[in-house]
Amino acid sequence: MQHLKPVKTLALASACAALFAGAAFADPDLSAELVINDGELTLVTRAPSDDVITPNLPERYSGWLFRDAATREMEMDDFENPAMLAVEAGADLWTTVDGSAGQSCADCHGDATESMAGVRAHMPHLNANGVLWSMEDYINNCRTERMGAEAWRWSGDQMTSMTSYISMQSRGMPVDVQIDGDAAPYWEQGREMYYTRYGQLELSCANCHEDSTGLMIRADHLSQGQISGFPTYRLKNAGIVSIHNRFRGCIRDTRAESFAEGSDEFRALELYVASRGMGLSVEGVSVRP
Amino acid sequence: MKLKAVTGLVFAGLAYAGIAGAEVAPGDVVWTDNVAIAESLTGAPGNAADGVAVVSSRAQGNCVACHEISALPNVQFQGNIGPSLDGVGSRWSEAELRGILVDAKHMFPDTRMPAFYRTTGFIRPGDGFTARAANPETFGPLLTAQQLEDTLAYLMTLTD
Ligand code: HEC
Ligand code: HEC
Repeated sequence: MQHLKPVKTLALASACAALFAGAAFADPDLSAELVINDGELTLVTRAPSDDVITPNLPERYSGWLFRDAATREMEMDDFENPAMLAVEAGADLWTTVDGSAGQSCADCHGDATESMAGVRAHMPHLNANGVLWSMEDYINNCRTERMGAEAWRWSGDQMTSMTSYISMQSRGMPVDVQIDGDAAPYWEQGREMYYTRYGQLELSCANCHEDSTGLMIRADHLSQGQISGFPTYRLKNAGIVSIHNRFRGCIRDTRAESFAEGSDEFRALELYVASRGMGLSVEGVSVRP
Repeated sequence: MKLKAVTGLVFAGLAYAGIAGAEVAPGDVVWTDNVAIAESLTGAPGNAADGVAVVSSRAQGNCVACHEISALPNVQFQGNIGPSLDGVGSRWSEAELRGILVDAKHMFPDTRMPAFYRTTGFIRPGDGFTARAANPETFGPLLTAQQLEDTLAYLMTLTD
């Protein structure tokens, strides 16, 4: 900016004003309320920011607020929400015996509506050995170590059905992940990644989801990139999208070499991004364009 | 007559050099005051009509992903991450605009605008939108010298 002649500075100032006006017309509908099944449950879509985790956000917003009315409405009615098919498939898998031990999830964990309540809200978290694990890791660990069954693919149908079913058991609970103590180094790593400008386009998560919230990138209305709604049914994919799959896509879109789903990098990033949504409701399974 | 033939020959020689050697490679761009580039990257003026395709096509510059251009009402879904490009031809000199296109971070240090004619300094550069690592043998700038000059010629027509 120091290179700009006064005239240019003026031109830029007016360009900025125009940008601001642009931001206004593309703003999310912050007055919209995410009410499920005509009043059964109201989800928190706006939560206060804080100086430690999100010093650059005025407030935390669910991605739901940024979608058009038709997409928002699909998530408000379980009969309209296409992700509920995955939830049902996950409920079936919960009681399906698989593997050499001849057991199902239910044999150890009983009724998921009780045993799995709150699991999504605290995910990812440290396992007993102090290693950060995502929900997929816990699921596959049960399958391989306890059931004697094969691990599922990170974003395969069975895994996304199971994560959808388990996430539903936390619907309405506030996102609340541990970021201090032994989790702190992971969180720092995730934050570092969030501000790294990857790829030939040199864009960080923050460039799109913090600096450009509410603006349009071509046809897409940029949200804060929260994961409180995951797993998500993406209309464009006609299927469930996992958190790591979404991360992979966003990094790919910067013309970068992405990280792998289930990589240590994405676990760390998941913890950091989850923390940016603390206070927002877990949406169970959301609907996005 | 004789003289004309000679100059004709000289010019033919120059034009030949223009095709073979005058294209400026990304690493050889010469900056003025660190923000502007005076010389055409192809050694010749660009074609504004071809520039329209570069700014509006996803496969090329995709400038409209971030910028609005009201002179192109038929180009759908124009973004607003950056300022409108209306009037840029009046706001900036040709050399400054060339600098902004080659690497906008010279003019605007922390900008979100990508560098369209640079091939080094990236973190985990990819092979297009495949999510795989770029092949250093074939890795090129986002725009060719010709596409960049065509874009520039088009931007120069956006005056108020
Ligand atoms: C080039 C721009 C760009 C970059 C860089 C980018 N994203 Fe995104 N992201 C998008 C767009 C566009 C969408 C779809 C609209 C939306 O929800 O913002 C999206 C959506 C998301 C979503 C889904 C939000 C929801 O409610 O469904 C998440 C999560 C996300 N991004 C996380 C990230 C993370 C983490 C990074 C960095 C690793 C990142 N993004 C980098 C453009 C980007
Ligand atoms: C990912 C977003 C993005 C893309 C893609 C992009 N730009 Fe930009 N551009 C910006 C931003 C943001 C600015 C504002 C400069 C700043 O950061 O202060 C800008 C500034 C400019 C300016 C100066 C505008 C003024 O009013 O002074 C010009 C000219 C320009 N861009 C042209 C282009 C062209 C041509 C292309 C495609 C070849 C392009 N941009 C692609 C984001 C982008």
